[in-house]
Amino acid sequence: MQSYSELYGVIAMFIIAVLIAIPLGRYMGKVFLGEDTWLDVVLNPVDRFIYRLIGIDENVEMNWKQHIKVLLMINFIWFVLAMLVLTNMAHLPFNPDHNPSMPLDLAFNTAISFITNTNIQHYAGETAMSYLGQLVLMLFQFISAASGIAISIVVIKAMKEGINLPLGNFYFYFVRTCTRVLLPICIVLAIIFLYNGVPMTFQGKDTITTLQGDTVQVSKGPVAAFVAIKQLGTNGGGFFGPNSAHPLENPNYFTNMVETIAIYLLPIALIFTMGYMLNRKKLAWIVFGIMTLGFILLVVPTISMEVRGNTAIAKMGINNISGNMEGKEVRFGSMASAYWAIATTVTSNGSVNAMHDSFMPLSGMCAMLGMMINAFYGGVGVGFLNFYIFMILAVFISGLMVGRTPELLGKKIEAREMQIAMIVALLHPFLILTGTAIASYLYAHHPEQYAAWLSNPGYHGFSEMLYEFTSASANNGSEFAGLNANTAWWNIADGIVMLLARFIPIIGPVAIAASLSQKKYIPAGAGTLQIDTPTFGIMIIAVIIIIAALSFFPALTLGPVAEYFSF
Amino acid sequence: MTNKVINKASIGGALKQSFLKLNPATLILNPVMFTVWLGTAVMACVCIWIALGETSQGSLSYNVTITIILFVTLLFANFAEAIAEERGKAQANSLRKTREDSPAKLVLPVGEIYMNEVITIPASKLKKGDVFICETNDIIPADGEIIEGLATIDESAITGESAPVIREAGGDKSSVTGGTKVLSDKIKVKVTSDAGESFLDKMIELVEGASRQKSPNEIALTILLAGFTLVFIIVTVTLKPFADYAHTPITIAAFIALFVCLIPTTIGGLLSAIGIAGMNRALKANVITKSGKAVETAGDVDVLLLDKTGTITIGNRKATHFHALSNVDKEYFKQMAVYSSLADETPEGKSIIELADMNVSVQQLENPRFIAFTAETRCSGIDCNNLRIRKGAADAIKRICEKAGTMFPEEATHIVQSISMQGGTPLVVAVNENVIGVVELQDIIKTGIKERFDRLRKMGIKTVMVTGDNPLTAKYIAEKAGVDDFIAEAKPEDKMNYIKVEQMQGRLFAMMGDGTNDAPALAQADVGVAMNSGTQAAKEAGNMVDLDNDPTKLIEVVEIGKQLLMTRGTLTTFSIANDVAKYFAIVPALFITYIPALQGINIMHLHSPQSAILSAVIFNAIIIPLLIPLALKGVTYRPIGASALLRRNLFIYGLGGIIVPFVGIKLIDMIVTYFF
Repeated sequence: MQSYSELYGVIAMFIIAVLIAIPLGRYMGKVFLGEDTWLDVVLNPVDRFIYRLIGIDENVEMNWKQHIKVLLMINFIWFVLAMLVLTNMAHLPFNPDHNPSMPLDLAFNTAISFITNTNIQHYAGETAMSYLGQLVLMLFQFISAASGIAISIVVIKAMKEGINLPLGNFYFYFVRTCTRVLLPICIVLAIIFLYNGVPMTFQGKDTITTLQGDTVQVSKGPVAAFVAIKQLGTNGGGFFGPNSAHPLENPNYFTNMVETIAIYLLPIALIFTMGYMLNRKKLAWIVFGIMTLGFILLVVPTISMEVRGNTAIAKMGINNISGNMEGKEVRFGSMASAYWAIATTVTSNGSVNAMHDSFMPLSGMCAMLGMMINAFYGGVGVGFLNFYIFMILAVFISGLMVGRTPELLGKKIEAREMQIAMIVALLHPFLILTGTAIASYLYAHHPEQYAAWLSNPGYHGFSEMLYEFTSASANNGSEFAGLNANTAWWNIADGIVMLLARFIPIIGPVAIAASLSQKKYIPAGAGTLQIDTPTFGIMIIAVIIIIAALSFFPALTLGPVAEYFSF
Repeated sequence: MTNKVINKASIGGALKQSFLKLNPATLILNPVMFTVWLGTAVMACVCIWIALGETSQGSLSYNVTITIILFVTLLFANFAEAIAEERGKAQANSLRKTREDSPAKLVLPVGEIYMNEVITIPASKLKKGDVFICETNDIIPADGEIIEGLATIDESAITGESAPVIREAGGDKSSVTGGTKVLSDKIKVKVTSDAGESFLDKMIELVEGASRQKSPNEIALTILLAGFTLVFIIVTVTLKPFADYAHTPITIAAFIALFVCLIPTTIGGLLSAIGIAGMNRALKANVITKSGKAVETAGDVDVLLLDKTGTITIGNRKATHFHALSNVDKEYFKQMAVYSSLADETPEGKSIIELADMNVSVQQLENPRFIAFTAETRCSGIDCNNLRIRKGAADAIKRICEKAGTMFPEEATHIVQSISMQGGTPLVVAVNENVIGVVELQDIIKTGIKERFDRLRKMGIKTVMVTGDNPLTAKYIAEKAGVDDFIAEAKPEDKMNYIKVEQMQGRLFAMMGDGTNDAPALAQADVGVAMNSGTQAAKEAGNMVDLDNDPTKLIEVVEIGKQLLMTRGTLTTFSIANDVAKYFAIVPALFITYIPALQGINIMHLHSPQSAILSAVIFNAIIIPLLIPLALKGVTYRPIGASALLRRNLFIYGLGGIIVPFVGIKLIDMIVTYFF
């Protein structure tokens, strides 16, 4: 059996993150409310300079449509720019390794993948990207993370008591997210990585001589900065192909701990930001409790599956004592890798330190469930928006059960809100299931033509396709790498799914929150359903399981479940 | 009111309706059941296909069985709605019946001599605006307003209350209801609505579905259910290519069974029955609702505005003591108090005369001129024998004294305060603008009213007492009766203003009223219950009419509203929770033949794929009629606080909704296996 130190490592990664997230959330609350914080001295002039530079007044009130418009505009401009860079990298500077430009479909997939905070990578960074390309992608990881956080602040602002609430200015939230949240933390993270041997250079490949005497070309680049934001912004797009399994992206157990913590640090902190901004600390703890319970429910089986190892290998008489190690790094071990897998899938991060394709069938299923639910912590900002939709649905049903027409924090939920909430709730299963259905149909009816897609036929192959669409729709970006997804069909299908799955679940909750914010505020009485209670927490969990998880039951049955029982 | 509302005839009618409601044009309003209808149609085609020789879809008998069960599911859902409608109609009809048979003495609108120009016509021929006459022992043929005369009326036919009531022209007790009986005297009544357009008729229409509009919450819930239906359409449709990939053929019957079982048919089938049953329950409490929305809103009410008199206290205040000022002769004071009350028809005035027990009559007075009470002056009195006798609230008399430049004596102020402190109402009597004493009136608080207010408080509803009393008296009674707040010295517009201000803060109001001056407040309130005895204006303004004229009825109305919403919520929860078991019944059944390893998720150990699917579909169908009684009766509301209530309902209907189908499907599977 393994030593307990692996377990302590996992527990430490969780507790440290929560201990940092609580004050960080409070700090972020102050940042977005415009209250004084200790970085003001340095950053106020910086912010002012940025506002003047782009010529906007950060004090102008925006309604929800203006917020969405600005968000879409920022994202669109950078999308066009990224397409230009990615398709012309070969001729642009910062390309010491002379990597080629991207073909159009791959560039489309990659650009969308990075603006949507998905970061599915159908390429390997070291051979397919110039440093300029990498820098653009790095910038994107800031933009998409800041977009998500800024828009979630709009929803939080709309959840306050009262009527006709001010929703603030999108630029204000966006700029402050970058300068006061992402940038400072990234600098700290990057320095930690630097000291642990992660490269940070604009020079090309290095040549090293191995112990055997062979010479090997080793790719490097501005990795430390890149890794910091990819972990922190729930982005997940790696600098190198193998992502954080690569020794230069994640050199040792310590950096692995730091990177793991960075994965869910902001999503957890944002819960407490909400608690601070709304002055509803109890609600924040209940939301945190629900999300953590969901997280643990996925972590525990995954870790136990991976640590127990592969029975098929054990039957062959091979020592399986350190767990299922296929596709995992020895320096992290099976437990920390399993923990990362769930952390990265529940949060829509998508960076990996092990190959999910090689996980035990039900561990792979837990990773997929994390993405199918996509609201246990969730992506920065958007995780809360997804959770908000579940809250609306749970409030609607449980509000009725206590004998009142449903209300969320004093605002009545009526037909319009239900309509939007249902569209958003439907979208995720729709995209995943129809996407996988079309792929399955093509593969089943034209097996020769599409044979190259799947390296593993059968149930596992099905899981690979299901995983791919789940990852795209959850804006996660991790992959079951057995799928050969760099084909025009997958690039474009993924791209469309990512776009829809990113922006509709952003627009929907904002529209609902804005519509509720216009409504009469009904002060809570003894007969009002309190949403900051454990009972309501159970209700949300039930809604999540029945709506989000059970819709995938038949699909999962044909993938990981069938694979599991076929052992 | 008869309790045996479901008789053989109404069940027969409901059965007939169940088939008529299969018309897809009407069914499409209910998206959940409409998809079941489509599924049934597809299955019928499959059966024909098999009969023509297709072999890939399983045996004909199996497919026919599935088709029949789906068809029965539809019938059950329709039956639920139909039986609720029948019940409502039966209740309404029993209220309506009495008057349609009675003859009406129509007064012809020609000439001035009424007596000779009356003709008798059937009640159903009366039109709005017609005037009819009712004498002793006549049944009043239609709803109307008395325009002349006064009569004692037996309203037991609708209210069940045997004590006769007095109705008279003018004032707030001028309405009469069709079907009630005049016991004495004669009245002339103007018809207020055409035959077939009374509140009762509107209510029947509402129940029958023709003009029944979905309430806002019902629409939102329908959207939720339609959303669930869509999710399961996606789940079922995409399963086809998945199965193709896994080389697992699935029969059409299995697809449709999976789909029908997963969509929320239980709540979908019972939803409109629940809404109608809510109105029926109101009707059973003798409250006519003008819309389904009103019942729903009643469940949300935060504040109840209650008149003190008749609601919190029994009837009216009575004079209990004469407090003459120390320098005034007691007998003189009594006499003046009686003089001032001679023309005062209010119960208070009459009680002063009773208490004084003096032999005085109007004839003894010289040049009597009566000063009527108005809400503005808040005092009444008489001018006679060169005396100006006034009696009224302390502040009103004080104003008169101030105007005349006389002192309002210190002693009177003390008496007024001490009476008020003990919950009494002081009536100050002044002669020629000089105060001579105070009459003490006392209220008697209804027994059991405090407990009802406690219950309301636990429900989270604030009670506000409205009274014309001074603040001290009001406070004493408010505390004694246990209301949360009061509006003292209320003028009619005060009610309205109070409602407006509180509504601005987001509270929902319910109030009851009868008078014309209540009408604006009734219209402003979110739930306005007008008393049937009240004026037509009040009845038009409110959104409910209480046939019993019982001011405490508001409490029942609120509970009916809450019950309605809770029934919707709990059955939705139950319906959705059922899906867990159904997944575990059907999903293994779909694949086991081709992927035997999946036997592992057949946790119920159902006998065979066919028996599993059949059991799930049968369970899905019979749960609807099993829940009809609950849908009609409503889930019992308990004022235990929202969180406790949620816990309770989540435990019963959520956890129960998960467990019951596991047990039910397993049992049905055992029975089905026995037969097949």
